[in-house]
Amino acid sequence: MAVQSVEPSTTSVDLGPAAALSCRECGERFPLSPIFACALCFGPLEIAYELPAGDPEALRRRIEAGPANIWRYAPLLPVPADVADKPGLNPGFTKLVKADNLARELGVTGGLYVKDDSGNPTHSFKDRVVAIAVEAARAFGFTTLSCSSTGNLAGAVGAAAARAGFRSCVFIPHDLEAGKVVMAAVYGGDLVGIEGTYDDVNRFCSELIGDPLGEGWGFVNVNLRPYYGEGSKTLAYEICEQLGWRLPDQIVVPIASGSQLTKIDKGLKELVALGLVEDRPYRIFGAQAEGCSPVSRAFKDGHDVVRPVKPDTIAKSLAIGNPADGPYVLDIARRTGGAVEDVTDEQIVDAIRLLARTEGIFAETAGGVTVGVTKKLIEDGVLDPSLTTVVLNTGDGLKTLDAVAAGPTATIRPSLEAFRAAGLAAG
Amino acid sequence: MSVTVRIPTILRTYTGGKAEVSAEGATLSEVIQSLEADHTGVAARVLDDSGKLRRFVNVYVNDDDVRFEQGLQTPTPAGSAVSVIPAVAGG
Repeated sequence: MAVQSVEPSTTSVDLGPAAALSCRECGERFPLSPIFACALCFGPLEIAYELPAGDPEALRRRIEAGPANIWRYAPLLPVPADVADKPGLNPGFTKLVKADNLARELGVTGGLYVKDDSGNPTHSFKDRVVAIAVEAARAFGFTTLSCSSTGNLAGAVGAAAARAGFRSCVFIPHDLEAGKVVMAAVYGGDLVGIEGTYDDVNRFCSELIGDPLGEGWGFVNVNLRPYYGEGSKTLAYEICEQLGWRLPDQIVVPIASGSQLTKIDKGLKELVALGLVEDRPYRIFGAQAEGCSPVSRAFKDGHDVVRPVKPDTIAKSLAIGNPADGPYVLDIARRTGGAVEDVTDEQIVDAIRLLARTEGIFAETAGGVTVGVTKKLIEDGVLDPSLTTVVLNTGDGLKTLDAVAAGPTATIRPSLEAFRAAGLAAG
Repeated sequence: MSVTVRIPTILRTYTGGKAEVSAEGATLSEVIQSLEADHTGVAARVLDDSGKLRRFVNVYVNDDDVRFEQGLQTPTPAGSAVSVIPAVAGG
């Protein structure tokens, strides 16, 4: 692995409305730079904005006139104003599918929607967060993009690096699903399998970043994490815009590190503060796989802290045993009147099939987790079926084919007689 | 008992820029006390006001997350490698 000698720049950074980095724990502020943890308390840093003030109608019109991707929300993101003109994958504005068939099956009467992020360029929501990290990497003068990944992120970084003109070197657990490995490798960057779990990969990358071996590298989910995380806000923006500039009553979000859920909450709150949507209550629900459910366990036990676990589930994209944003997920679920729930691997597979059978959407295992948890929460009377509910599908089922043992109904000779004998003819 | 401690970038102002330092102690708690003696200020960054590990700090002793072991009382045999890492990542 080549050692880069690039010294990241922290001066004259143009990242639009981003004003500073702010510690989520103690509030200490730092200049915009490629750092991710508070020097005082180790708390996570996030972007502090100077968001546009003024007429909400004018801002709404400006957004609606923008491109059909996340850059329509550039005034609310840590990106330069001309971001849409730069080479990138331009993800987002994926379909919000009104899932009437699934609603009937689950008994939802208030409107059920699937936000289908499998429609992004590399078929997962990760394209959103990577797109923001790429702009930060450009601003800070990095030339190599990297990440620790459960699979989807590695592909998203590889593809974005190829389009935007960066070198890439990404790290994954060695035993990921074949579909994700191929998608991470095909874009021409370096892909390194680490012998261990995602948490081991993550730890390795955190050490690499403090070592000369990783100097000058932009790790999208480590030293660029404050910027990267903001990409998930666009899910909240799009859902509200696609509902006709209205907050959903209930939203079900998968939990890996917990970042996505916290940023969706942040995005919803920003839209309220900007006057783009009416201020009314919403409930956020978190979804985990039983084999990696530290946040669900903490929620059910009434704890404020999350005890790490060793993951064992088919939902590998959610298999983070030590979720950094777990405590914030607990806060949000409790504040909004939501909940955190988990489902077994068998229920995940059933839910993948349910979504595919009812709506023609083939979700990856993480989507099976959200649909499965939605079903469970309705059956348990926790999620109100009379309210507008949005369920996230964050990735494409083609990436986790092994999870679903599906095959031909019959294999026959090419003859009408054989088809009749198979009992599949009309009527 | 001497151990090596890997210092994250944000604490290297306390170690004169060193990424790795030596410390003494039979448990993680003692190692942190030893670090504090040699590099004043480190303990307050790693531990909260009640003396517990801050929730966004991960500490590993020989590849084992101490939260899976005995926390601050995790043994640190001679020659152990202790790693202090900010708990901010995922994806």
